[in-house]
Amino acid sequence: MSHAFTHPYIPNTAPATKAEMLAAVGASSVDEFYADVPDELRLHRALDLPAPLPAEQDLARHVRGILAGNRPTDEVLSFLGAGTYNHYVPAVVDEVIRRSEFLTAYAGEPYEDHGRFHALFEYQSLMGELLAMDVVNVPTYDGFQAAATGIAMAGRMTGRARVLQVSDVLPEKQSKVRDFVRARMSVEVVPGQRGLADLDALTAALGDDVAAVWVETPSATGALETRLREIADAAHAVGAVVVVGTDPIGYGVLAPPALAGADIVTGDIQSLGLHQWFGGAHAGFIAVHDDPRFIMELPSRLFGLATTDVPGEYGFGDVAYERTSFALREKGKEWVGTASALWGIAAGVYLALMGPVGMAELGELLLARTRYAQKTLADVPGVSLGDDAVHLREFTITFADLTAAWVVETLRADGIEPGVVVGTRTLLVCVTEMTSKSDIDRLAASLTRLTSPASAAALKEQHA
Amino acid sequence: MSLPVAPKPSPRRFHQAQWDEPIVFELHRSGERGIAVPPVEPGVREAVGDVVAALPAALRRPAPPQLPEIGQMRVLKHYLRLSQETLGSDVNVDIGQGTCTIKYSPKVNDQLIEVPQLRELHPHQSEASVQGALEITWRLEQLMAEISGMHAVTFQSPGGSAGIWTNIAMIRAYHASRGEGEQRDEVITTIFSHPSNAAAAKEAGYKVITIYPDADGYPDLAAMKAALSDRTAAIMVTNPEDTGIYNPAIKEWVDAAHAVGALASYDQANASGILGITRARDAGFDVCQFNLHKTFSAPHGCGGPAAAANAVSEALAPFLPGPRIVRAGDGYTVHGPGPSSIGHVAPGFGVVLHVVRAYAWIMALGAEGLRTASEIAVLNNNYLLHEVTRIPGASAPYATGRRRIEQVRYSWQELFEETGITSEEIGVRMSDFGFHYWTSHHPYVVPQPFTLEPTECYSKAEIDEYVAALAEVARECREEPDVVRTAPHNQTVHHTHHDDLDDPARWAITWRAYRRKYFGETPVDDVAA
Repeated sequence: MSHAFTHPYIPNTAPATKAEMLAAVGASSVDEFYADVPDELRLHRALDLPAPLPAEQDLARHVRGILAGNRPTDEVLSFLGAGTYNHYVPAVVDEVIRRSEFLTAYAGEPYEDHGRFHALFEYQSLMGELLAMDVVNVPTYDGFQAAATGIAMAGRMTGRARVLQVSDVLPEKQSKVRDFVRARMSVEVVPGQRGLADLDALTAALGDDVAAVWVETPSATGALETRLREIADAAHAVGAVVVVGTDPIGYGVLAPPALAGADIVTGDIQSLGLHQWFGGAHAGFIAVHDDPRFIMELPSRLFGLATTDVPGEYGFGDVAYERTSFALREKGKEWVGTASALWGIAAGVYLALMGPVGMAELGELLLARTRYAQKTLADVPGVSLGDDAVHLREFTITFADLTAAWVVETLRADGIEPGVVVGTRTLLVCVTEMTSKSDIDRLAASLTRLTSPASAAALKEQHA
Repeated sequence: MSLPVAPKPSPRRFHQAQWDEPIVFELHRSGERGIAVPPVEPGVREAVGDVVAALPAALRRPAPPQLPEIGQMRVLKHYLRLSQETLGSDVNVDIGQGTCTIKYSPKVNDQLIEVPQLRELHPHQSEASVQGALEITWRLEQLMAEISGMHAVTFQSPGGSAGIWTNIAMIRAYHASRGEGEQRDEVITTIFSHPSNAAAAKEAGYKVITIYPDADGYPDLAAMKAALSDRTAAIMVTNPEDTGIYNPAIKEWVDAAHAVGALASYDQANASGILGITRARDAGFDVCQFNLHKTFSAPHGCGGPAAAANAVSEALAPFLPGPRIVRAGDGYTVHGPGPSSIGHVAPGFGVVLHVVRAYAWIMALGAEGLRTASEIAVLNNNYLLHEVTRIPGASAPYATGRRRIEQVRYSWQELFEETGITSEEIGVRMSDFGFHYWTSHHPYVVPQPFTLEPTECYSKAEIDEYVAALAEVARECREEPDVVRTAPHNQTVHHTHHDDLDDPARWAITWRAYRRKYFGETPVDDVAA
């Protein structure tokens, strides 16, 4: 390079330092270090990239300019869910996970990263209380991966290949799970009834070749499975493992799946203290009982409590490390790598703030607003509910005369995202503690306007 | 004593924060609360009644979860104290976690993502309202395509190992599409490639063949060729390897794989030393992945969130996971996974926080900056190599007299033979000086290993500081071995006993399990159920 390129992120671009270091190692130029890279593989030109913006203010202006092309959900009225939820994030949660020490730590040992181990052990423990299970992993990537791993664990434990999916699952999640277990297992859908599992169909499909019965509750449409105990009894009778996919947000008032016989409970913690982030801030949990047959199949790290030389001091370390791919490469269980630990800390802080009372109040609020929204929207002429199951947060509505896509397009013009299209005439509607009664009333009024025959005809013409 | 202040000693005196915090459950005080929840509005209550009482018995929780009740400030204080007991790269000279590429994560990038225009975005919003998010993701795809020489890129994989999984899932789909899915049931990797290559291939159904290095530490081309056959689905390699040695025959490896109909997958999690120097596609690779949280500066977050860029050749593009972002006129649109795609590998559009951070990092540097970052990372590494190998008892096995790329796997074997002190013990003592220190992936092919990677981000003075601490610990091993053996002394906690962690009867993975096993407490859910 003919001129001295210096950059704030690269201190040793300082010409004198660079020269001193080259001299120390006896090299005339940095090119010498690449002696092993054959000339034919060298890029004998500069990368073709846009001109850089080394000054922070220029960079910020550029990036903010692009992001200004977004209109966030807090500027509209959003009823969007389907895996990513608009829950309130307490200020203390954001404060903690923005801390430099947590944000920029990585893979240190239980001494110099004691706080990381401590916080993640507490996350495991707080989740354990919410789920009524004694073992929770350090988070994996997301609820998709958690379910996929839970099912793969059942396959390894039973040596069987069939998976019976008895609930509605998000199509993207189903896609992930199927491809993940493809080498050893296949997923069969046992169609449900009125939003929930069909026990008779499940019983008919069950056999001693079934590795796992996969239950989602709340399901992809928000329906809560009421017959989990019977499902679990039927599955256990043939030696199958019950794998549940869930969202833990309701367990302040709802019975966690372990109390009804679930063996492996998986899910996503985005609801517990994480913003929506365009669907890019997820983390998955896998919970099991304190049974080595299950624990030794977990691929994730598990932080456990330990004593130190000083009485009263809590130490931590990795539990059963010898099952992991870090220890055994391909002979370990699946693999372990950088996933979503910071989000585990966030969820831990969230649960510590909420406490049992907060989680109970939130659970009740979500159930109440969901029920209110169901009733209010079902009162709109030409709108019906998808089923009569108890729902948490999400439910489907079906239009008698309108397409869901048209409803969405039309209401977007009024600043409303009314839900996610899940069928030609069916919309998946989501409410949270961020969705007030008046928000729900506004959606109902807007839908009423669309579904009244006269308005609908006029609007259709206007949008034609 | 009066002024002036005496000069500071080297290495510096250090003590980690030591708050001796209880477990969060022990902060419980009945009736306290950390946050208020909005009440059920009167109009709602009247319309729906008591929804909890109306729940079917099977759905109603019999007893509340035994979460602690703690006031807000105490929760904050607890977690901030724990944060102080964690050694992030913002506060230490983080060159001791080799292979992990602990760079500076620019603060401005953290500010840039913290806007409602990103934080409060939902993946199912109208395309018109998320054009900025689509544009920045699409732009980063173009930058990564140029950096890798590849045809198409996605950021769907939510981690580096997840990216390796996506690589092998695409390879599996590719062979299946050609009717060779059953026949090709083997994957070849090297022992100094990241273990997730072997582990993900195994999970995808493959038999894994691992090639060991030749006597000089270079990947053994002859051994690899002997392992190749019409059963080979892919080679999956890291290059430079964990040793920091660049495989000069990498093109021969790729060509040999192609000659038997196999594909070549390149683990570029850590491409820190070769940006703008050499590219995956120019060596013939079909797929590769970069880690946005390593090479491209996104912070590591105690172990995630994480993100990979998967980059592929034109032939592999149809197998990329969805959704895909497509430029349409002046705007951007979203296509679902195509007919040959492996489908979805994660929710949403990938870890958008890291996409924006990586984009901002590349834009702050440009082509010359990226190349300079790599060159300085390599200069720093060779300087560190020079300094570390001057410490008596330390060595850098393999490739004697050769330069390394971005990291080195060193050995304390000589010091161990002299003193009986292991690399792990040295690592614990290094924490007393405020440093991380990492040994190696398993198995320990290099005896008494330690792996250091200085990246481009640490100054010469900081590197010198790290080396001074290493030299001091090596001196202690010879002259005051008990100081090392009884370490740590300046840490948050003292020597920890790990025996309970491998015994199912004694391990405690949650507080409730601990209370159950050691205090005979039955959780209230068990009683209620």
